[in-house]
Order: sequence, then C-alpha cells, then structure tokens
Amino acid sequence: MAKQRAAVVGVGQTHHRAKREDVSIAGLCREAMDRALADANMTLDEVDAIVVGKAPDLFEGVMMPELYLAEALGAVGKPLLRVHTAGSVGGSTAIVASSLVQAGVHRKVLTVAFEKQSESNAMWALSVPVPFVMPVHAGAGGYFAPHVRSYIRRAGAPNHIGAIVAAKDRNNALKNPYAHLHNEGTTVESVLASQMLWDPIHYDETCPSSDGACAMVIADEDIAKAAKSPAWIHGTVMRSEPTTAAERDQVNPQASREAAAALWKQVGITRPFDEIDMAEIYVPFAWFEPMWLESLGFAEEGSGWKLTEAGETAMTGRLPVNCSGGVLSSNPIGASGMLRFAEAALQVRGMAGEHQVDGVRRALGHAYGGGSQFFSMWVVGDQPPN
Amino acid sequence: MRDVAIVGFAQRQLKDYDGSPTCAELLVPILADCYEQTGWTRRDIGFWCSGSSDYLAGRSFSFVSAIDAIGVLPPVNESHVEMDAAWALYEAWLKIQTGEVDTALVFGFGKSSAGVLRRTLALQLDPYTMTPLWPDTVSLAALQARAGIDAGVWDEKAMAEVVDRSMTDAESNANAIRKGGSSVADLLAKPMFADPLRKHDCAPVTDGAAAIVLAADDKARDVRDRPAWITGLSHNIDSIYLGMRDLTVSPSASRAMEAAGGADGVEIAELHAPFSHQELVLQEALGLSSDTRISPSGGALSGNPMFAGGAIRIGEAAQRIWDGSADKVLGHATSGPALQQNLVCVMEAK
Repeated sequence: MAKQRAAVVGVGQTHHRAKREDVSIAGLCREAMDRALADANMTLDEVDAIVVGKAPDLFEGVMMPELYLAEALGAVGKPLLRVHTAGSVGGSTAIVASSLVQAGVHRKVLTVAFEKQSESNAMWALSVPVPFVMPVHAGAGGYFAPHVRSYIRRAGAPNHIGAIVAAKDRNNALKNPYAHLHNEGTTVESVLASQMLWDPIHYDETCPSSDGACAMVIADEDIAKAAKSPAWIHGTVMRSEPTTAAERDQVNPQASREAAAALWKQVGITRPFDEIDMAEIYVPFAWFEPMWLESLGFAEEGSGWKLTEAGETAMTGRLPVNCSGGVLSSNPIGASGMLRFAEAALQVRGMAGEHQVDGVRRALGHAYGGGSQFFSMWVVGDQPPN
Repeated sequence: MRDVAIVGFAQRQLKDYDGSPTCAELLVPILADCYEQTGWTRRDIGFWCSGSSDYLAGRSFSFVSAIDAIGVLPPVNESHVEMDAAWALYEAWLKIQTGEVDTALVFGFGKSSAGVLRRTLALQLDPYTMTPLWPDTVSLAALQARAGIDAGVWDEKAMAEVVDRSMTDAESNANAIRKGGSSVADLLAKPMFADPLRKHDCAPVTDGAAAIVLAADDKARDVRDRPAWITGLSHNIDSIYLGMRDLTVSPSASRAMEAAGGADGVEIAELHAPFSHQELVLQEALGLSSDTRISPSGGALSGNPMFAGGAIRIGEAAQRIWDGSADKVLGHATSGPALQQNLVCVMEAK
C-alpha cells in the first residue's frame, strides 16, 4: 500500500518568554493547540489522536507529564503518544504525527511540543553526572564551542560570521510577534562587543532559555484539499548516531549528511540551494548556520560561511534562513524543532505575517539534538507531492 | 494496511542488575540474540525505536547511551518514546505501514532498582495537586483494589487465585524472577503490604530489557514458518485523576480492544497487570472469554522491568504463535497509575 498524502492544516504557537508565569504547563500547551485548531477550523473533539513531544522530563520536574496532561490536552478516550529524541524532538514528534496519517491509521492528528524551562534549571538538568560518561558541566554552549572552533579552522572562516547570523536572526525576530527576544538595534558590532561566554561564542550568539509550545494539525488528503492553503508534506527523515566515538565527525556528522541526502532524494531535489525557497534550520549557536548549510548540501564543504557573509541567508537573499528569528530568538527546547517545522509550513501557506518571504513553494524544517547526533527534517510544499 | 509480523523477541529480567541505569551493556546481547533469530545484521534493520524513561535512570537523555548498543556508523533511522517499548512497537509498526521501511527493531529497558520505584513513579502525577502528597504507586493500586472489593466486583480470594496461577505458571518461565505456586489459603495467610494488597499481589521490582523484531510481508515469511501477524494494534488513555475515574473498570483498555477488532477467538492473552486485581479489571475490559488462557508466562507478577514489561507481554504472546500452541493471541501493555493507559496487540497465525 502506498503512503497516504498528508498536510499541515493548522499551526499555533505561544508567545515565548523566559517565564510564562501566567499559565500552567497545560495552559501553555493549550495556548498553542487552541490556535492551531482555530487555524484548522477544527475542534479538539474532532481530532483522532494526540502526539506530544518534549525534551528531558527533568526540565519541568515531572515524569512523563503527558500522563497528567492527558485530560487537559483532550486526549482522554483517544490514542496519545509521547516522543523524546533530545533537541530534535519537536521535529521527530511532527514526523510521528505525520506517519499516523501517512500510514492511513488516522485522518486528523494534533501534535504539540512544549518546554516550560522556567519550572526547572536546564543547565542543571543537562549536567547530572553519569557514571562512565564524560561530564560536561558546562551546558550546551561549552559542549559545542570546540565544534565551532574546529569549523572555523577547517573552513578558514573569518571570526565575525557568527555575529552576522546573530544580528540577522535577532532582527528577523522583530518581525515575529511570538519571538522571545525582541532586541532592537542588534548589529554585528554589538554582537561582537557582547561578553565572550565560550570562546568563540559570544553571549549574543547564543539562544535564550524559553517557556513555549507549538502545535500543528496534520490531516489527510481529503481534508487538506478542503482546507485553506495546506502545507503538503513532501518528505520526512530521521537519523541518529552515538555521542562518542573516535570515528565521528562532530562538526559535520554523517547522520546529518545522510539524513539530508535521503530527504532530497525522497523529494526529488538535486540542487537544494536552487530548489528550496527558504529554510528554518535549528541554529542554537550562531555558527551552526554556516555549519548546517554545508552539511545539508546548500553549500560546498568549507563555503557555507560565504553564503552567510554575502547576505544570501537574509530575508532578501536567495535562501532566506530563519525568518522567524529562529532558535536564537526563542528556545523552548522541546518545542524548538516543531517551531522550525511549523514556520516552514507557515511560509509555504503564505501565512508567516511580517516575516513572510514572497513566493515560497518549498521550505525545509530542520532540527537536531544531543551531541549533534539526532536529526529530523521535513520538506513542505504549497502543492501536493507527486 | 501491509501485513506486518513479529519475527524476533529477546528479553532479560533481573532482580538487581549490576550495571549502569542506561542498560547499554544489557542491550548488546539482546540485540545479538535478535540478529541470530533473524539471520540479519544491524544493516538489515530499516527502523529502530526504543522506549525508556529518564526519571528511572535519574538523568536526562538516558536513551542516548542506549544507541551505543546499536553501534556507531553508519547512522540509523531511529526514534524514541518516553513510554513502554510496546508504544515504540506501535511507532515502528506505523513506520512500516507508511511503506518507508520493511523491517524494524524495537527495544525497551529500565533499571527499576536504581531508586525507590514506587516513589519515583509518584513523580508521574499532577505536579500541582498530587505529587506534593507523594502517593506511591503501590498505595494507589491498593486504593483501586479496595474500590473493587467494596463494590463487590472482586475479592481477596479472586486476587489470590490470580497470584497462585501466575506463580505456578512462572515455574516454567526461565526469565521469571518470582515464581512458585502454593495455595490460595497459604497466600491469604500472608501479611498485608498495602491493605488489601499483599506483597505477592504486586509485581516485583525488576530490572531488565527486551527487544522485538518486526517485518513486513515476505521479509517476515523468510524468517519464520509461523510469523505472528499483527491483525489489531491500538492504544488509548484515561484521565490520571483517580477521583474522576471508576477504578473498577478500564475504559481505555475497552476502547483499544474495540479499535483492534475485539477479543473474539483469542486463545492466549498475555496481560500486563502489575497488580493481581488489575488482571481481573482487564479480563472484563478486554472482553476475554473464560476459555482464554491468561498469561501462561506467569505475567507481570513474575517479573516486570519498567518500560520493557509491556513489550515482553507482546513478545511472550508472539512466541505462542511461533511454537504453534495458538492461532490467535493477544499482548497487552499498560502505563500510568491504576491502568491509566493501555495498548493491545492482536496477533494471528493466518
């Protein structure tokens, strides 16, 4: 039996903030879900199944919170799945929800991903000492800084590329009312003048810690055809590799390269830079933009930074990247991947508001997690897939 | 729908596993067992999906270390659920149904003994209104058992009969960590643990892991003469709030069973009932006839590694198809307090 077509027919997200003290965990999820359902012109009762995603449970201090949330999420009496694949989870969750429709099991699936990081301390949750595993104790920035240094050396990139990315994404975020950071007047100079946290990563080149959620309604072909501007799912992919092994290339991981290659093949794309109109790429530290541009096949190895430097990834460039402001402007970890997937869907639907790029036909949503080892991606389009 | 079958199953159940909570060392021989059963290598697996819990391991990303058991490169098509591996099996079955892959390996693991399990599980409750009271899982199950006794739906003798049969059956299960039948009278003479539950009414705290191999169509026929074809697979959830549920029934189990096509003709049912009275709830909720043989492995009362226990029930049931002892079987998994979430997997010889 062939794969059934599926499309995003509703998108919702919360206003992302450092602390959303005005809502409970359930309230945060419902804020995103209710917006997605309103967008899809659907009620919660009509939904066949719910797929929940979030990163480590230690971030809120609740074990498997979907169990207590079942009622608030409208899942009672329905199938409820909970996905957890580290930072890529928002993307993986969307893919699992898609597969429920693509497999022909359900017609209307609601998926929601969240993180309420103010409930706990992410740095602590990421640094619990584990026997026989190299301790990090420095949060994600300390972990990834050596990868960035290695990239700069390998690519011969000038030192200000990260600042270009940060200034671009922070200015894009000014056009996104949901973004956590609205830092006006961010420039390459101001980023470079901010405090050095983990050399070569400056404070303004890092993502914030946010409370937030994102939700999508994914429906089958009949419903999508009747919906206003659906975002058709053209291809999805997930790949993983272990954290630590001598043969790993942690700057440009094989799992990332193979995931991208498999995705382009699925969608029938041979020249990603020309055939993808915009991309929402998971960039928690600014330098990951040029790193992922290369790994994804948008640029030759060693030349991703040239696209960034030439302004090709700006809103006005040939491949706008992270028009929403990206992870650098909002980072509710468990939801960050789904926000990338959802923002890509909004772009092909022409519903991204002030940060809409004109004429987006096909867009990439991308997420990664762990020690650059878990990858999930999808391509959505304004027309049904072939 | 594609024809998908269970063609491989391996498990380990231990009283006290002397290894890391991430269980990677425990998984390596289990995966090797699956390769041997199928004649495959890791490169023949189209999709991987695991089930585990960070809270059990006491750390974030506990499943990350488990990937080490698969090996390093090439990278794998892989996912993870923060649920029992029975739900990982569901995700893998979906992936095969999309047509993207033909084979999948599903695994689950948990070192329940790493903390005080019944206290750890109290962290699954509503963090605002329930967890601060630390109601442990055994006490919550005792409330459920008491509700059934008070309502006249079951009694302590019926619970003891479940235990006696399970412990007798467990004698022939090499993986059981608690076994040995006695008599209903002997069992009822034992002291209370959490009134009306005695220790033998509660599944033993168990460490362990399990893996299940799925394959579609001819891939399944190549591996086994009698693959356990999945003819019904569904899951459902109830509210967590005990005050809002009738604890003597399980609507989510009933709905899952209905969606999976009902229990007509099921000869053997492996039920995931970590407390004796829950088997009685499930028997009713799933609509099992009195002819259905229940949990010939000894069930969860003979061993219940968290996050693998449900998958083990499915694997045990599948084996009954492989060995020809039944033509239609049921595997069941549960999660959450007092049977909150339930999954059923109907398998047939065809």
